[in-house]
Amino acid sequence: MFELSPAIPLFAGAVLAGVARGPARALVMLIAPMLGAYGISQFEPGITSQFEWLGNTLTPIRVDGLAVLFGYLFHLAAFIGVVYALHLKDPLQDVAALAYAGSAVGAVFAGDLITLFVYWELLAATSALLVFARRTGDSLRTGMRYLVIQVGSGVLLLAGAIIYAAHGNGLDFGHIGLAAPGGWLIFLAFGIKAAFPLLHGWLTDAYPAATATGTVFLSAFTTKVAIYALARGFAGTEALIYIGALMTCFPIFYAVIENDLRRVLAYSLINQLGFMVVGIGIGTELALNGAVAHAFNDVIFKGLLMMSMGAVLHVTGEIRGSELGGLYKKMPKTAILCMVGAASISAFPLFSGFVSKSMVVSAAIREGHTFVWLALLFASAGVFHHAGIKIPFFAFFAHDSRFVATAHEPPRNMLVAMALAALLCIGIGSFPGTLYSLLPYDTGYTPYDVSHVLAQLQLLAFSALAFTWLKLAHIYPPELRSVNLDIEWLYRRVAPNAIRLTLAKLAPIDRTLRDRSVMLLDRTLRSAARHYGAYGVFARAWPTGNMAIWVAALLGLSLLIYYV
Amino acid sequence: MTLVEHLPVLVVILPLMAAPLCVVVDHRRAAWLIALAAAWLSLAGSIALLQQVHANGALDYQLGGWPPPWGIEYRVDLLGAYVLLIVCAIAALVLWFARLSVEREIAANRIVHFYAIFLLAFAGMVGMIATGDAFNLFVFLEISALSSYALISMGRDRRALNAAFQYLVMGTLGATFILIGIGFLYMMTGTLNMLDLAARLPAVSDTRTVRAGFAFLTVGIGLKLALFPLHLWLPNAYAYAPSTVTAFLSATATKVAVYVLLRFLLEVFGADFSLGRMPLDTFLLVLGLLGTLLASLVAIYQTDVKRMLAYSSVAQIGYMVLGIGLASTLGVTAAMLHLFNHALMKGALFLALGAVAYRIGSVTLRDFAGLGQRMPWTMSAIVIGGLSLIGVPPTVGFVSKWYLVQATLEQGLWPIAVLILIGSLLALIYIWKLVETAYFGRPAGDVAVVGEAPWSMQVSIWLLVGANLYFGIDTDLTVGVARDAAGSLLGGTG
Repeated sequence: MFELSPAIPLFAGAVLAGVARGPARALVMLIAPMLGAYGISQFEPGITSQFEWLGNTLTPIRVDGLAVLFGYLFHLAAFIGVVYALHLKDPLQDVAALAYAGSAVGAVFAGDLITLFVYWELLAATSALLVFARRTGDSLRTGMRYLVIQVGSGVLLLAGAIIYAAHGNGLDFGHIGLAAPGGWLIFLAFGIKAAFPLLHGWLTDAYPAATATGTVFLSAFTTKVAIYALARGFAGTEALIYIGALMTCFPIFYAVIENDLRRVLAYSLINQLGFMVVGIGIGTELALNGAVAHAFNDVIFKGLLMMSMGAVLHVTGEIRGSELGGLYKKMPKTAILCMVGAASISAFPLFSGFVSKSMVVSAAIREGHTFVWLALLFASAGVFHHAGIKIPFFAFFAHDSRFVATAHEPPRNMLVAMALAALLCIGIGSFPGTLYSLLPYDTGYTPYDVSHVLAQLQLLAFSALAFTWLKLAHIYPPELRSVNLDIEWLYRRVAPNAIRLTLAKLAPIDRTLRDRSVMLLDRTLRSAARHYGAYGVFARAWPTGNMAIWVAALLGLSLLIYYV
Repeated sequence: MTLVEHLPVLVVILPLMAAPLCVVVDHRRAAWLIALAAAWLSLAGSIALLQQVHANGALDYQLGGWPPPWGIEYRVDLLGAYVLLIVCAIAALVLWFARLSVEREIAANRIVHFYAIFLLAFAGMVGMIATGDAFNLFVFLEISALSSYALISMGRDRRALNAAFQYLVMGTLGATFILIGIGFLYMMTGTLNMLDLAARLPAVSDTRTVRAGFAFLTVGIGLKLALFPLHLWLPNAYAYAPSTVTAFLSATATKVAVYVLLRFLLEVFGADFSLGRMPLDTFLLVLGLLGTLLASLVAIYQTDVKRMLAYSSVAQIGYMVLGIGLASTLGVTAAMLHLFNHALMKGALFLALGAVAYRIGSVTLRDFAGLGQRMPWTMSAIVIGGLSLIGVPPTVGFVSKWYLVQATLEQGLWPIAVLILIGSLLALIYIWKLVETAYFGRPAGDVAVVGEAPWSMQVSIWLLVGANLYFGIDTDLTVGVARDAAGSLLGGTG
């Protein structure tokens, strides 16, 4: 049953979740990811299925180390997400979440660009449902903006794939490179989903707008599929190093001044993606390992942070840093789990972020990219700053907020899901061997040597010092009830206003043009009706004699041209 | 000799012999059963033939044991077996559908004759495909043509008589032209066997006689296949004929004519002569395109759905002619594919119209209002058939358009590819008109509650609709056979 798609269990689960109710649905939701992971463990490496379609060879399943790693990762993320969302009674979210995870799994096993395109668009559609599922007017508008950009990315991918294949490269999805025909289009398509700078607006716009549980799913799949696609198609592309370095740095400033804590996490997601993109751009075995491993860890610790913020949102209905605070008194478990996630993302030794991020940073210095290395160090400090300290501090400590009186621990399933993720964070961080053995290359890298640990601890200590000093000196940007503008503002405000203004100017011209066109259209239609309508020259019943004249004319004509 | 060796003649003899049997028995139900049995046996025979030909190459059969070129030879090659299959399949399904529809639409005392004539028309078409003799082909052409005139004249509408008469005059003109053409060829070569003709023609191909023969043949066949602007007989004939007859003729008659065109152009004259040295390829290209676009435009304005689909048939024939006019293996493949696929879609659509006519007694666009609720199954069949006509995946229409567009792009003919797609858009418009009326229109005044068509009708319709979808996904049979047949006919010149 796995021949057509590795995601059959998840898709089947999505369908069943749509019809099942109550405990049966919970069971379906939990079993589907497990069954899918089992299916992957049964795959033989290589191409397991292939078929012809209109003269093109499609490869729905191609199994190799990279695909299997992401396959396991996505099933794991889906499982944790399902546990986290178990208390919900919303079939729409359940169906969308499983189908979304299934699309991600299908995409990483796709062996050709057309199959990839199909899953790429499925990702867009299913994830948009998770944004819509919040069912507010705002989330509807945000979801539409999100959907337009995501589908647009798919269209770019398809256009690129067609150009790529038309130049005789075949549809096979392997290394593409920017030099290949259509390579730029595909690169751009991947870049949109990977939230490249200036293309990232959809992420920080949509993720904070989704439901508490939806964001957990969203942060796990779309961007990681893009990272996978970049790793496969554009490994070693130098431009990626600088794009990635930029991605690690610029979100920090936004994250520091941002008030919506889930949006802070969205910015820190871009920052983490930056590390992976840098790794892919460097393209050495160590760097690629680092990128992939970091993608793996990021899904888990970013998921954990999103879950803890989701729990806060679920309990208090509030997510702005300025309104929260002091919640550790009523939500100690959540606070501890959140800090495990914060430690992981900040790459504390013994936590998962450390074992993967250090690979990318080491690779950067080893390949002689000194400035990029410095940028990564700055970004590491910044991550600790906004994600490691700011998130737990403002949510659970700082001043006591009005929610302290009524807050309580979130439902048990949420805690279980978070605990599961926290265990993985600590487990991977303490025993990285298992993760390393799953990576595509064997580099013999060990994270725990003196220089790595010391450098990281220094970085963290001074970063903490900076936060403390800034806070005490009242220089730290206060938690303002503000909305910060980012690139998405361009298409949310500026573009519509500009367009509206231009339209107002153009209205008279437009009206004239329209009237003219309508008139022209009318005239054409009338003349068409005259010629083709019931009694038109082409449609009326002709007398037999006239038909015969046609025959004679045609015969004469053909005789003439055959003789000449 | 085993049964298989007799198959080329058996598929012809069966319906030919069954026809008089119907008249002799002179019982309505029995006549239907005989016709049905003959059609299904022919279908079985054609399936066996296709397998045989696919495995072992063309089958020859000498009538009466007289060897060619003196005797008449029957010869079924891959192309023949392929067209034979679709014609027999349509006949079998239409006859299964026919019983109720015929009882409703044709006077009781004529029903027996109807089946007899129907079988004759069927036998004529099968004969045209199976024979390897040019004059024999003319004979079968006349058998099928004369019986089609009779079938059309049985329509309930008085105008059917006029339409049949016009078709008679035009059809006779076409047949005469074909006969004159064959006569010229006989004059120059002294043979009527097609293979023999093909061998002897190149030596005399520069004579005016052969060229005149060629002109008569192309115009004559063009008349039969309703090549624009020789299509004028077709809309009335299809619109006023009984439903079953329309379904049968639209799905088979023009297809057989396309087959005859292919046979003469590519085998008897050879592609080098007919599409290379003679400018027929441009001729076909232009007329095919004109036919597609103009007939589609006319179809949009029709108020009678049967007539609308008749015009759409002219447009679809344009696609086939266009494919042949491209004069490449891919183009001819596309034409053959569309031949098969168009039979499937028009068969399904006209049978569904027959079911509508059976229930509400009319097929004008106005009477379709609200039919989506009252006859949901029939209407969904029409919608799927319509999608196929437009060329939406995963229907057969998409497959043949895909190959046709590929064939044009192969030669860098971008503008033609664009015009083909415009043709699809025009099809979308007239199908949408139908869908809009059926699903969103309000029936005018009180309408008696109408139920769904009887299941026996649905079986035929949905088998054809299913084939529309099946061959749209699994293209092994159609594309494989069409490509092989086109390759062998063009002999690697494409």
